[in-house]
Amino acid sequence: MPAVVSLSNVHKSFGALQVLKGVSFDVAAGEVVAVIGASGSGKSTALRCINALETIDSGEIVVCGHKVHDPELDRRALRRDVGIVFQSYNLFPHLTVAQNIMLAPTCVKDMGKAEARRLAEEVLAKVGLAEKADNYPEQLSGGQQQRVAIARSLAMQPKLMLFDEVTSALDPQLTGEVLRVMEDLARGGMSMILVTHEMAFARKVASKVIFMHQGKVWETGPGAMLANPQTKELAEFLSNDL
Amino acid sequence: MTYQFDFSALLPYWPLFLEGVWLTLKLSALATIFGFVVGTLCAVARAEGPRWLKTVVAIYVEMIRNTPLLVQIFLVYFGFASLGLKVTANTAAVAALVVNVGAYTCEIVRAGLESIHKSQLEAAECLGLTRTQTYWHVIVRPAIERVYPALTSQYVLLMLASSITSQISAEELTAVANRIQSDTFRSFETYIVTGVLYIILSFVVRLAFTLFALVIFPRRRKLGTAI
Repeated sequence: MPAVVSLSNVHKSFGALQVLKGVSFDVAAGEVVAVIGASGSGKSTALRCINALETIDSGEIVVCGHKVHDPELDRRALRRDVGIVFQSYNLFPHLTVAQNIMLAPTCVKDMGKAEARRLAEEVLAKVGLAEKADNYPEQLSGGQQQRVAIARSLAMQPKLMLFDEVTSALDPQLTGEVLRVMEDLARGGMSMILVTHEMAFARKVASKVIFMHQGKVWETGPGAMLANPQTKELAEFLSNDL
Repeated sequence: MTYQFDFSALLPYWPLFLEGVWLTLKLSALATIFGFVVGTLCAVARAEGPRWLKTVVAIYVEMIRNTPLLVQIFLVYFGFASLGLKVTANTAAVAALVVNVGAYTCEIVRAGLESIHKSQLEAAECLGLTRTQTYWHVIVRPAIERVYPALTSQYVLLMLASSITSQISAEELTAVANRIQSDTFRSFETYIVTGVLYIILSFVVRLAFTLFALVIFPRRRKLGTAI
């Protein structure tokens, strides 16, 4: 299957701090990749580099045919193909749930208001929040807000979805409802990269798990590798997680 | 106390007082609208513009904030005249008030723009919005909502400060009061009435801003949170 994402030998520093030290991996179409690792291992930075939210120092990143490392990159074109969901939801507080979702299709794709509204209702139904269309974000729970954020990304019909620790701010019950939505997406064939601390979820849903350590891809394998770590560092990381 | 109050002498002047109130409202409304536009553009320029523009705006704001309003009014009024431009006192008054309130609005809106978290920009950027779209939909609107109470106070102050334009004979409430007291020789009563009218005007302006907020900030209306 063709790769939707391909990182080769990516380096990234913030000042003197080297965060990515030659990261390489591929994500095939329809694949669900879970990136795990301790805080500071570079996993969120890698994800942000894929979406050109950070500029890399060297190496190559190709995402859905866009050369992300190219200084001439058309960022808006890249972002039409890639959706991202953040840990802190980042919904627009002054807009209703439906307006949050309609904003990008109307602004970026010049979609009419009525059509955008239909689309909003459709994606909201997908995340189980059809009845919340006219509520404001602050009227929703954290889990509901995160599901709206996912719906907002889905409305742009991306080819790839990135999830940056999307359940880290949620309690276990709310985490469950968000993970269920992500599981549905994965089953629907969406290519996904998720940076996560949810080991059980990674094991169950991910077709590939990438363990990052000290800015490098330390160990890669199917979800089952979490039951049988090959490196001392992964074993240690997993034991800390318990 | 030997002073005998006589408000009856002012009774025939009611229409004139009302006209003064109307003129003050008109003057303030014009200055508020144009001042808001100037101030908001300056705030955006100061946040996003090239370095030279940021410097120009900074100099403008500092000049206005560190000089008296009356001097600014004289500068605009006599400045126009010296340049050979014939403008009425009222036009000069509006221009001076716009220049003045624009600078204060710039600082207030700038505070609002800076209060919008970077993550909001990132979210908009990741959805593919252009910088201008992001500014309009995601930054300016919530920023204005946050600083709306400060803006309201500023524009009420502007309405009160517009009385100073009577110094260049702009037609507004204080100028009308000056005329009435010189006709009636009841200075104390005239200014008591004028003061009361300004208090009423302040309430009316505040009420207008509160009602306007309900229209432009639907979230406040729906959630019932006061602005």
